[in-house]
Amino acid sequence: MKNIWIIAYRDFKAYFTSPIAYIIIAGFLAIMGWMFFFNLSHFNLQNMQYQQMNMGKAASITEGIIGPLYGNMNVIFLFLVPFITMRLFAEERKAHTIELLMTAPVTLTQIIFGKFLSSFLLVLVMLSLTLIYPIVLFLTGNPELGPIVTSYLGTLLLSGCYLAIGILFSSVTENQIVAGALTFAAGLFFWLISWAAQSVGSTLSDVLTYLSLINHYRNFSMGVLNSSDVVYYLSFMGVGLFLTHRVLDSFRWR
Amino acid sequence: MIRVSHLTKMYGQRTAIHDLSFEVQRGEIVGFLGPNGAGKSTTMKILTGFMPATDGKASVAGFDVFESPIEVKRNVGYLPENPPVYMEMQVEEYLAFAAALHQVPKASRARAVKTTIEKTGLGSVRSRLIGNLSKGFRQRVGLAQALVHNPPVLILDEPTVGLDPKQIIEIRELIKGLAGDHTVILSSHILPEVTATCQRIIVINQGKIAAEDTLDRLTTRLKKGLIYSMLVRNPSSDGIEALKRVPGVHSVSAAGPKLVVEIDPGTSEIRDKISEIAVNKGMGVLEFSAERVSLEEIFLQLTTQENL
Repeated sequence: MKNIWIIAYRDFKAYFTSPIAYIIIAGFLAIMGWMFFFNLSHFNLQNMQYQQMNMGKAASITEGIIGPLYGNMNVIFLFLVPFITMRLFAEERKAHTIELLMTAPVTLTQIIFGKFLSSFLLVLVMLSLTLIYPIVLFLTGNPELGPIVTSYLGTLLLSGCYLAIGILFSSVTENQIVAGALTFAAGLFFWLISWAAQSVGSTLSDVLTYLSLINHYRNFSMGVLNSSDVVYYLSFMGVGLFLTHRVLDSFRWR
Repeated sequence: MIRVSHLTKMYGQRTAIHDLSFEVQRGEIVGFLGPNGAGKSTTMKILTGFMPATDGKASVAGFDVFESPIEVKRNVGYLPENPPVYMEMQVEEYLAFAAALHQVPKASRARAVKTTIEKTGLGSVRSRLIGNLSKGFRQRVGLAQALVHNPPVLILDEPTVGLDPKQIIEIRELIKGLAGDHTVILSSHILPEVTATCQRIIVINQGKIAAEDTLDRLTTRLKKGLIYSMLVRNPSSDGIEALKRVPGVHSVSAAGPKLVVEIDPGTSEIRDKISEIAVNKGMGVLEFSAERVSLEEIFLQLTTQENL
């Protein structure tokens, strides 16, 4: 555990000694802030119209703001995660610093978990900066706490899956751009895989629907914590990191 | 301290090292000498546990590199061909990270970094970014990284590459100073490098050990006999033939006015005879001298000849 932390801490610090973290965080917050503002004013307008015209109850804060806001956040992570993970192994291999890690008394698993933890911590920092939105909502209205908590949990797990994909592709190439592009493509693929479900037989359709990353997020956004979704996300990360282990180990044998 | 037996490494169909066996005793400094692509780096990578061997066994500090790589790695300081330094880190910060990675306890980490910085002469750049340092300094940071956890075994792949002459001397002195407490293997394709620092030399060529001995014995062994070079005024084939007939003369070769005469060991008293014949045949001796066999020639012989 200590070894994992030593590696994670160095990599986490490296995000902040280079412009990477600042640019990613700034971009993320700018887009999120714009979306939150837009969501909020749209929601207000809609509510006002409903009241004036006596059209009954408008959408709740959960449906009108939390749902779309965190759903969009997941899309933004799909775009940003490749930039977070692409350097993790690709850069180490290109600069030969991987040799320092591989000849130190740490296991390959510890190295991979360390890398994963460092990128996960950066996502955690990004997410914690968005806590300002629920705070604003609590100050001005009375949103439900449950869906907010599960949305954060779901977003964290979903971006963990993107990170695992990113780390895997970062380990297969020395070229950071290749790693980033592959990560984005694979992330998008697992997002859209359920589209194919509509046009195939029922068994395969179930499999494809189950495999889709975004389908498992739906419950989280509605405040439902389903253990099968959590298990799916955790096993997705597990498979990604396991494949990374196999890839890096295979380089030693070549 | 280091025991290698019948080590073989294949990269696909290409054999990088073949049936390599040697031992290194505690406190010894051993030089790996060989041309580029001879298998020096491959051997070192196997010894550090970076890469598994295809066949054979290797153990470092009593641990098998394949069975217990973590223990081996704990006991080894390794400087790879390219110093494994992070460009965006400061020298001190980087060494602290390397120390932590090699499980130096937190309490003694700062002291370990400080002593290593002093040893490797990095004091003036301790808080600079590694990316802004010259190649020579980066190389020294790489060396410092191998030393920081004070390992009993040091494996240094071309430690003085990219350094200026003054730095080379400093690093050589540093490596020599490590003998006794540390066991050192260093590789080089530069001969003076090995002669200056190592007690024993392992010459490796095309993945095989071509020779393994102390420098002195290697020199004697290679001399086979003595070599004299003779500068003459009028070289004549008649004279050369006469020289060849002298008992004890192994070979005579001529390049313009320079004759190289190789004689069998223990026959140095025939020198008189050789000069006498040369004078009698009217070649006119201008110069007559014994040639010392330098390691450079040994190296050339070892790596260009099929068998010795």
